[in-house]
Amino acid sequence: MFSEVLRYPRLQLASDCSVLVTFGINISREHHRDVVRLFTLLLSERHPAIRNLHPAYCSLLITFDPLVADPHHFRDFIHGLVERIDSVLLPMSRVVEIPVCYDTALGPDLQFVASHNHISVAEVIRYHSSTEYLVYFLGFSPGFPYLGELPKQLFAPRLPTPRVKVPAGSVAIGGNQTGIYPADSPGGWRIIGRTPLKLFRAERSEPALLHMGDIVRFVPITRREFNEMALLSMNQWRVA
Amino acid sequence: MEGCLNEISYINVISPGFQTTVQDLGRYGFAHLGVSASGAADPVSLRIGNLLLGNPQNAAALELTLVGGEYQFESGCVFALTGSDFGATLDGQEIPLWSSVKAQAGQILRSGSTRSGARCYLCIGGGINTRRVLGSFSTHVMTSIGGFSGRPLRGGDRVRFLGQVGDAPFRPQRLKKAVIHQLMHRSVIRVTHGPQADLFSDEVTALFTTAVYHVTEETNRMGLRLTGSVLKQERAAEMVTEGVALGAVQIPPSGEPILLFVEHQTTGGYPKIANVVSADIHILGQLRPRDSVRFEFISFERAHELLLRQEAMISTQFLEFV
Repeated sequence: MFSEVLRYPRLQLASDCSVLVTFGINISREHHRDVVRLFTLLLSERHPAIRNLHPAYCSLLITFDPLVADPHHFRDFIHGLVERIDSVLLPMSRVVEIPVCYDTALGPDLQFVASHNHISVAEVIRYHSSTEYLVYFLGFSPGFPYLGELPKQLFAPRLPTPRVKVPAGSVAIGGNQTGIYPADSPGGWRIIGRTPLKLFRAERSEPALLHMGDIVRFVPITRREFNEMALLSMNQWRVA
Repeated sequence: MEGCLNEISYINVISPGFQTTVQDLGRYGFAHLGVSASGAADPVSLRIGNLLLGNPQNAAALELTLVGGEYQFESGCVFALTGSDFGATLDGQEIPLWSSVKAQAGQILRSGSTRSGARCYLCIGGGINTRRVLGSFSTHVMTSIGGFSGRPLRGGDRVRFLGQVGDAPFRPQRLKKAVIHQLMHRSVIRVTHGPQADLFSDEVTALFTTAVYHVTEETNRMGLRLTGSVLKQERAAEMVTEGVALGAVQIPPSGEPILLFVEHQTTGGYPKIANVVSADIHILGQLRPRDSVRFEFISFERAHELLLRQEAMISTQFLEFV
């Protein structure tokens, strides 16, 4: 009954084989925690019909096999879990340090972000690397982290025409968001640096470097350190 | 397949056609890392091909798109072509669709341009056996994951399969004609209401179901872009990015629908007016550029009934010996 009284959390069949749970309509840490709680509960329940979990800023889409569970029964099952989420303990956030070479050769839009905000390149680097970012979720493409929050001093509009190829590892700013491109791909965000770390490797038992709920710190490195790490094709990272 | 042993063998790709990939029924359990399921664009045809060969329904096969290509079997095997008719021949002899066929070592399968829908499946007794990535053989073309080195096949590739070696005599089987028609031929795509259906007025919703849409050239395994009547939102609501489902009918600012397909992004920010029902997803996999489509809203209960009825038809009881 609570969905009628409160409106949120809201449960709906998004298709005949998926349930969408929405905790609110804005990006906030409170909604994020609800998403993580429900996600954690779903992982521990291991319902045999579940195919995929798609967390986002303030919602979680659960796709299921309708031949294993009847859609209405499955929605009732999810409803039962949503009612229990307040009792779920949030997992500890890991703090992950990501080395970034803020160099104009690897970050061709560094100067643009600086002049757009009337600050120096050094200040762009300082603001960007002195902030702790929350990984709200991974989505869009394999290993792509949605990070928040970017300091206001660094907001920058997207490129009018996206680049055909943004190199893997590029650290970029799009509007009020910052992120890392896990693979070579087209992209319209402003590139301010690059990490030598691989964000996604399908062949690894733990394919994604970052997880939902992690705290990310960008650590400036020199071009030489970048080259050395890239050469080693470093796939480990520091968990502080 | 009792009394059978599996033996590693290869298919030589002489020419790969327009886009040929290794596909099974998809890679589940990694959407929270940004990896969508991928898998066969027409899973019904893949499953029936596997049934004809006594394979598990999830066995991997080659998915041929629009133009089939040329393939040589390095050793004898049993195979089946299902889905659309690409006019295939084996050493020049026409071979039937929806039937199991025996090939001798060295024989060449040629498959031309489609005469019906977008995709044809080349299923092999024993199944394609490339490296499994994250639990699946499926190729995710957009992100280069899985299948054969994460990419569509090229001339000169050798694709491994597990051939069946046994002394059981080969008896060709085929799918009953009446079932083919019921499973594959559909002029209207059935949809249920999408999560943002209420952002669209009754008039716009009615327009969506009366209009005829055409599939554009900008269509691939990630999504089908349609052209036709423009659908405008009642109120231009700010939408926060959320998880998206296979078959979602997204309405971007242009107002022309995009159907999210097997390699869709895991999250998206456009409102979704509708979602294609599970029983019709395989029909999307057979749509070609310039094909026309219409949509019809049905209830979730009806969608479930249609799926159950369809599942009952994907069964060995609808196969017959030739």
